[in-house]
Amino acid sequence: MEPLSIKSPQPTTFDALLKGLWKENPVFVQVLGMCPVLAVTNTVINSIVMGLATMFVLVASSIFVSALRHVIPRQVRIATYILIIATFVTMADYVIPAISLEVHRSLGAFVSLIVVNCVILGRAEAFSSKNTIGRSVLDALGMGTGFTIAILCLGVVRELLGSGTILGVPVFGPSFEPWSVMVLPGGAFFVLGAWLLLFSWLRERKKVEPGTVEVARPKTPRVR
Amino acid sequence: MTEVPTTNRTQSPGSGKMILVMGGVGLIASVLLVGTFRVTSPYIEENRRIFLENAIYDVVPGAASMIPLTVDGDVVETAVDIKSASLFAGFDESGRLAGLAIEASGQGYQDVVSILFGYAPDCRCVVGMRVLESKETPGLGDKIEKDPAFLENFEALDVTLSADRMRLANEIEMVKSGSKTERWQIEAITGATVSSRAITRMIARQAAEMIPVVERNLDRVREMR
Repeated sequence: MEPLSIKSPQPTTFDALLKGLWKENPVFVQVLGMCPVLAVTNTVINSIVMGLATMFVLVASSIFVSALRHVIPRQVRIATYILIIATFVTMADYVIPAISLEVHRSLGAFVSLIVVNCVILGRAEAFSSKNTIGRSVLDALGMGTGFTIAILCLGVVRELLGSGTILGVPVFGPSFEPWSVMVLPGGAFFVLGAWLLLFSWLRERKKVEPGTVEVARPKTPRVR
Repeated sequence: MTEVPTTNRTQSPGSGKMILVMGGVGLIASVLLVGTFRVTSPYIEENRRIFLENAIYDVVPGAASMIPLTVDGDVVETAVDIKSASLFAGFDESGRLAGLAIEASGQGYQDVVSILFGYAPDCRCVVGMRVLESKETPGLGDKIEKDPAFLENFEALDVTLSADRMRLANEIEMVKSGSKTERWQIEAITGATVSSRAITRMIARQAAEMIPVVERNLDRVREMR
């Protein structure tokens, strides 16, 4: 598993929510939870449902882990976190087919595999086990939204190019020849690579631009 | 022999507390799970039933009502419920037997594929096919579910019985796309040969086994209405 916490100075409450969207985006920055990111982003609807299910598990398990953070002995914390996470994943696995059998069929085994999504265990270990319930929920919401947006980014591109549709609605004319590779695993790697490239490039650009917080800090003492 | 380091012993909260916490969390978890299961299972059952019923009406054109059936040796019986049935009789609005939907399954490219196909006694042919469950490769193998040219194979697939009424007169076989010459041939999807062959095999096997039985029981089934 990846290093779990990215050290940052004690963030404000608002920061706890926002950092998951951009600065510590679980997919594009921490590169966690790659299994669902690659496997179920072949259509937009799959991405949305997977993102929402992950966010539900993330928020619910954060509440539990945070509420029990003084009770859980250090030695069995991972086992307890997994137990809590597995409970909510199984709940999601019941709720999804109750709403739509079709979507559950297309997600296949990947709903159950949310249990081993590093983003969730990572947040439990790195954040909710050390913070109040309120802050943990904000953090989970931020990370969950960041994760959902990220897999939606992949889903939109892959469905558009791989099937020529968005949410099943044809976008291009009938003459469009779908790029089958995009809905296959190989396409997932291509699209993920392209998005990672774009986001890394944007971050690099932001760093060299003058006036941003990130450069201002190291430079100021030297000027003085 | 196995001595626990003293530092660990002082920090350890004791196994009693660990068991208590994990047991407690487990208890809460089980309550949550049982609750969710009880709330959602009627909806899941209902969704499954609707899905199967729609598939039955899809593969038996003209059917307005249906009766679930099971096969016991050589006799077709009414099934207790839709879940235990492997065969469904579809009747049209006037109560005439429109056709039968037969379940079949077999190994696909990724995992077991299960399908439902319709048999019409009037034309002695397969009149429709729907995939019930498949994990075939998205974009390639899953074309067996929606490729219109492939599904057209099952709109009038000949399954006439041989003279002794014990087997099919012509075994169902798969041919390359564009080379179908006989009514009992299935044209494969280019790029999804394995999945196409899987469907062909399971239909061929199940039709050869079930259609003679169904034919022998036709009058019985007609009476069930």
